[in-house]
Amino acid sequence: MNAALLLTAPVAAPLVAAGAYALAGVRPRASAASLAAARTESRRQVSAQGSVLVAQAPEPGEAPTRNAPAWAGLAPPAVILACGSLLATDVVDGGPQRAYSGLLRADALTAWMLLLVGAVALIACGSAPAHLAGERAAGRAHDRTTWHYHALVQAFLAAMCMAVVTANLGVMWVAVEATTIVTAFLVGHRRTRTSVEAAWKYVVICSVGIALAFLGTVLVYYAARQAGIAEAWALDWPTLIARAGRLDPAVTRLGIALVVLGFGAKAGLIPLHAWLADAHSQAPAPVSALMSGVLLSVAFAAILRYRVIADAALGPDFTRVLLASIALLTLAVAAGLLLAQRDYKRMLAYSSMEHMSLIALGTAIGSPLALAAALLHIAGHGLAKSVAFCASGHILQLTGTAKIGRVRGLLARAPLAGGVFGLAVVALLAFPPFSLFASELGIARAGFLAGGGLAWATAVALLLVLAAFAALSARTARMLLGPAPAPRTGPEATAAWPLVLGLAACATLGITPGPLADLLHAAAQAIGGH
Amino acid sequence: MSGGLYTQLLDLACGAFLLAAVIVLWRRELAGIIRVFALQGVALAAIAVLLGAHEERWDLTAVGLGVGVLRAGVLPYLMRRALAALTEDRQRHGTGDNERRETQPLINVAASLLTAALLTLLAYAVARPLTAVHPTPATRALPVGLAVVLIGFFVLVTRRRALSQVVGFLLLDNGITATAFLATSGVPLIVELGVSFDVLLAVLVLQILTTRVREAFGTTDIDDLRELHD
Repeated sequence: MNAALLLTAPVAAPLVAAGAYALAGVRPRASAASLAAARTESRRQVSAQGSVLVAQAPEPGEAPTRNAPAWAGLAPPAVILACGSLLATDVVDGGPQRAYSGLLRADALTAWMLLLVGAVALIACGSAPAHLAGERAAGRAHDRTTWHYHALVQAFLAAMCMAVVTANLGVMWVAVEATTIVTAFLVGHRRTRTSVEAAWKYVVICSVGIALAFLGTVLVYYAARQAGIAEAWALDWPTLIARAGRLDPAVTRLGIALVVLGFGAKAGLIPLHAWLADAHSQAPAPVSALMSGVLLSVAFAAILRYRVIADAALGPDFTRVLLASIALLTLAVAAGLLLAQRDYKRMLAYSSMEHMSLIALGTAIGSPLALAAALLHIAGHGLAKSVAFCASGHILQLTGTAKIGRVRGLLARAPLAGGVFGLAVVALLAFPPFSLFASELGIARAGFLAGGGLAWATAVALLLVLAAFAALSARTARMLLGPAPAPRTGPEATAAWPLVLGLAACATLGITPGPLADLLHAAAQAIGGH
Repeated sequence: MSGGLYTQLLDLACGAFLLAAVIVLWRRELAGIIRVFALQGVALAAIAVLLGAHEERWDLTAVGLGVGVLRAGVLPYLMRRALAALTEDRQRHGTGDNERRETQPLINVAASLLTAALLTLLAYAVARPLTAVHPTPATRALPVGLAVVLIGFFVLVTRRRALSQVVGFLLLDNGITATAFLATSGVPLIVELGVSFDVLLAVLVLQILTTRVREAFGTTDIDDLRELHD
């Protein structure tokens, strides 16, 4: 099929949807009645600042018609998935595809990431209608915020797809920065003290991090220009790899270090990780699912791209030491904070840091086995974590608190939400049959096979993972088990199919990657696992 | 333009660029800080235009003028408007006067200036391999860009008002843009456009968030943002 079409569609489809939602949002704003409703709503929210939940009477007669536009939001993820799978067959058979004179380019890593973005977006957008209906019933959402929500989420998807399908490192940077701007308002969605604070920290820390990444990009561009690469191609990824031997080592080293720190900030790695738990705990649940499930790994995919250049220009030792030390420090911080955690959404956020550091460790090891395991880990973590976040949003609506200590007997009270949440955490703890078991085993094996310092690093990492395991399992068991504190009130109004589908996909990947095995190996090869 | 005059003008522009960053550390009044930031935008535009004129690349000159409009015109205007909005409703919160001043930076002015000097030395040390690759008048001025990046970072972590933090972020960004111009006569146009657009949007986002912080907390002192912690 036409490569240009397949490469453009994943960006264009969500962008068009975002535009449609934004336009549709203008219409209800014009009607006087809903404007007045919006005003009282925002006043109510300001007065409710600080408290987590304020019970409000549901607004009558609004529920059924509102869900139609929400379901329309599932079309772009479906397009992304379809384009991802078509591109996957193309790149496995025929090598990288290009369009628009190399501005857009798909290799196996692109196809792998597109499939993941599509799948996680399907989970997040599929559980959005139930989430928004719950928010509306509690009086925390109204027409305008709902339209804003949909428009911003679709723009967020477009930015992530752009970051993945471009071969130009500068355009990739612009796309990753765009995700920060688009999601800022999603994090501060509720306008309470805590969510505004989280949004402020998120924008400031991520913008600074991403600015450092831009400085690094500029330095790599400088090195490329001095190596005699023409202006138009000096940020083109394949060109840079082909001529990496001619890049000045000192300039490249400084540039790569800044790039790893900068994109590491978006990927939740030390030292600019402080935004992560705040933003993930304050954002609406489906947005947390997207941020944790794919945004972190899209940012990490940028590091994967730069690592190939760095290895070709400087030899593998530089990125190996840099990434392994960042991974271990992040893992230590995440495990420490998990042990002391009292809020279940923050607990999930620190678990994301834990998994991102394992992926970084796999990348540091850098053998074909380790890289394939890291890519599989990216996919497994994305699926399981997005399910966990979506289920946690439902638990928050059900119980009205994010404190672990106040949630009891979930399995008895809400078997569906509690069960899905429990299974997702089991997947995150890397129990078989879920794919995180296979990938963690792969990373550990590759680490011990590499020997030397890396074997020690892997051993330390396994100990820290064990601490995180204990913390996560003890706290989840507290939440799930025990008698129900309140009687069940009618059937659960959660859309369970996206969550069950996500768990099933994660388990299937763990048993057999099936047709994805070729793609996985091609992707590991594309990022340097020869 | 003769080589000697070009070098002198370039050094002058870079000097003004660095000086503006240092003066931001020195001033307390937010309105004054915004004015100095606008002057720095002019110096940045001058650097780009000089480079464009020297290399006779008119696209670069145009980009420089665009950067000037954005950083010396649009961004200071946005910040002034945010400041006016914050000081306007002093009856409602009773903190209008406080909003105009950076009340108490975490590090006092004398120590800040000393730190700026140290950071500049550090920038010169870090930039040595960068200059060594290709020594020209422009790349010899590279450390100035890096020094402004470091000073911007310093402003960001030590200042307490929301608006001063925004200025810190923008100083950092000015420094990076200057580095890009001095090292390579600017990154490709599409990236430069994307970057400028991103910075503009980031400032708009931060401006809106500033008013929301004020609505939620009654002040824009970032030290009050302490609800989320472990």
